[in-house]
Amino acid sequence: MVDDQRDVPAPRPRLDGLQIGRRGFLRVIALGALGFAPLPILPSLIRAALGGSVVRSMGDAARAPSGRIRQWTMIIDLRHCDGCQSVGKPPQCTAACIQGHFAPEPMEWIEVFEGDLPGGGTQFIPTPCQQCQNPPCVNVCPVAATFSTPEGTVLIDQDRCIGCRICMAACPYDRRFFNWGKAPVPPEAQLARYSAEHQVPAKRGTVMKCDFCPDMIRSGTLPYCVQGCPKHAIYYGDLEEDVATNGEEVVAASRFLSGNQAYRLKENLGTKPRVYYVAGHGEAVGRDAFAKGRMPTKWPWAETVNGAKTWKR
Amino acid sequence: MEALGNQRSRREGGGPLAAAEPRASWLSRLEHAAFAPVTETSRWYYLWVAFLLLVIAWGVYAYSHQLREGLIVTGMRDRISWGLYITTFVFFIGISHAGTLISAILRVSQARWRTPITRMAEFITVVALVSGAIFVIIDLGRPDRVLNVIRYGRWQSPIIWDVLAITTYLTASIAYLFLPMIPDLALFRDRLAGRVAPWRIWLYDLLSVRWRGTGAQWRSMGTAITTAMILIIPIAVSVHTVVSWIFAMTLREPWNSTIFGAFFVAGAIFSGIATLIIVMAVLRKVYHLEEYITEKHFVYLGYMLAAFALIMIYGNVSEYVTTGYKLEEGAEFHFRQLFLEQFAGFYWFYFIGGLVVPGLLVLFPRTRNIWGVVAAALLVDVAMWVERYFIVVSGFRVPLMPYEPSSYAPTWVELSIMVAGFALFALLITLFVKVFPIIAVWEVAEDQESIETAPARRPLAPGATLDPAEGG
Repeated sequence: MVDDQRDVPAPRPRLDGLQIGRRGFLRVIALGALGFAPLPILPSLIRAALGGSVVRSMGDAARAPSGRIRQWTMIIDLRHCDGCQSVGKPPQCTAACIQGHFAPEPMEWIEVFEGDLPGGGTQFIPTPCQQCQNPPCVNVCPVAATFSTPEGTVLIDQDRCIGCRICMAACPYDRRFFNWGKAPVPPEAQLARYSAEHQVPAKRGTVMKCDFCPDMIRSGTLPYCVQGCPKHAIYYGDLEEDVATNGEEVVAASRFLSGNQAYRLKENLGTKPRVYYVAGHGEAVGRDAFAKGRMPTKWPWAETVNGAKTWKR
Repeated sequence: MEALGNQRSRREGGGPLAAAEPRASWLSRLEHAAFAPVTETSRWYYLWVAFLLLVIAWGVYAYSHQLREGLIVTGMRDRISWGLYITTFVFFIGISHAGTLISAILRVSQARWRTPITRMAEFITVVALVSGAIFVIIDLGRPDRVLNVIRYGRWQSPIIWDVLAITTYLTASIAYLFLPMIPDLALFRDRLAGRVAPWRIWLYDLLSVRWRGTGAQWRSMGTAITTAMILIIPIAVSVHTVVSWIFAMTLREPWNSTIFGAFFVAGAIFSGIATLIIVMAVLRKVYHLEEYITEKHFVYLGYMLAAFALIMIYGNVSEYVTTGYKLEEGAEFHFRQLFLEQFAGFYWFYFIGGLVVPGLLVLFPRTRNIWGVVAAALLVDVAMWVERYFIVVSGFRVPLMPYEPSSYAPTWVELSIMVAGFALFALLITLFVKVFPIIAVWEVAEDQESIETAPARRPLAPGATLDPAEGG
């Protein structure tokens, strides 16, 4: 742009015409491209400068005897789920989960939905986070606060979450919950060491959901919901070792899934969940398909905490 | 507002210079009109600013309440987890397209009538972007962690596309506002010395970057403006496309649409034109710019409004006929809530009041005047806000699992913050016109010159009254 006759009053050029020329245009495009090129690595550079992007207190991935990483799965046999109608209590998988995780009201990380059957009547569908292998929530998270693990689960780091809630918009199963207010923290949760695998205590302004209890499995216990189910309808297992258990019997996961024509929720969306269902409406435990309704879920732990703040879904 | 500015009489709908009038006196009147908002401030102005500040202060109080208690003070909940904030964000980003369209597209297409209104359009762009970006942060559950977006940003996330697109657009818009303003800032620096507060002269001196109006300077600025106006068009299109992708990248039936990006861009330009018309009408009245902003400008912008109303109607037809014909799972629920039940009032107001009626107001000769066009623009702006609202909320309301559909009602906190956002928009425009030249003096003069010398196509001679270096 240097002009050697810059002080000579020249005719003012009209600015309407496109007078940039091919060479100038190419130069602008090239400079623009150079300006954008470093952008994709910028966050990596910032992270490198600030240090530490590892999620806090996550254990090592669990491994099968073969040495390969376990691939957690859940198989829910709806033939055995009567929504705890016969027990006369709210769904016990949800109740156990709430007590075990101090899940704030009204969060039901595993929620028992009542779906319609073709001829009328209903079935109960206990629905935890589906632990998708193509998780829409992980795809949209701007800060990698929610992420896939090597074990095939999806976790949330509440210390990183900015609370934008786009994951809640993205989840097609309605399995994400937001801490709209400051949830109460019971005394026994005060000492809990927070990790993405054990989301206690709840943090205001962040998203929570079912974490598939990998920390419990590592210590040799089944998830709360599996333990809580009085009808043993929920199997938890490892696709890598091809084994699953409901706490009572052990099955070969692959044979169990194929032999019972198991399906996944909203398979057409391509989210590839790790939670499988065997179709049914509680017939194996004597439920009549037309006996509708389940008891409403309660949050007993929250009632013991003074000044507990709750909200509606 | 009537009392603002001075009381000089003007030719209503003046337009081209009368042949008999000497050019020098025309130019000095133009300069005077440009100086007036800066040199003269009435009591009403302070009252208006005080009123806006009051509204904003109330919004700040509401936000502090939200910071203390959390988002529980809003009407949003798990199943409808976005509401007024995201609606208003999308709306503001939409009206920011005023500047690009009027300035860049009309500049590229060499539409001469644009010159008196480009500056206002560019103001709106910058101010709307700032106001809109604030709403994203207000919507966050953890605004204290907003910098995580930079620290841990992932390019796979539509939110990051938005952050990148909007910051780029803001930077480009500021550059695009600033570049053509340099000669006017120099004019202010030279002509207002001693007439206004010293800080202003200091500011104009700083911002006019030693502009002397030499040939080399004009050529450099010409190249820079040309580059900026070409670059800013794809940036602006990308901005509203990725805003729509925040919704379209999710697996929700009402947002699962391939035309969402194009539809949002059209809607953005549509509401941008409407906002420009409203701001133009207000500033014209308040600062007596009747001679420069004439009925012609309103009618031309009205034509563009009508054209975009047709595009929007087409978009609606295309969107809803293709999904409604097949009526996939979820679509039936959505169509029922949108056309017949919960959102029917919103939808039909938007479609009839926001698309059909404004189009008719402009096309019908009896209402094709300033009042008709301004009324159409007001309708369009309200309707476009309403459209953003029902797109966001109705999209969330379609149940994903067998549960009862939720409902959403904004609380006083959300309403207060939203109103404060609009007050901030108005305040920034109000303050802006007090400091910076409200009309592009040199562009208007150049345009005038070309009308006068149309047969000869003679370029404006340097050193004319407008050129501070030679003129002083």
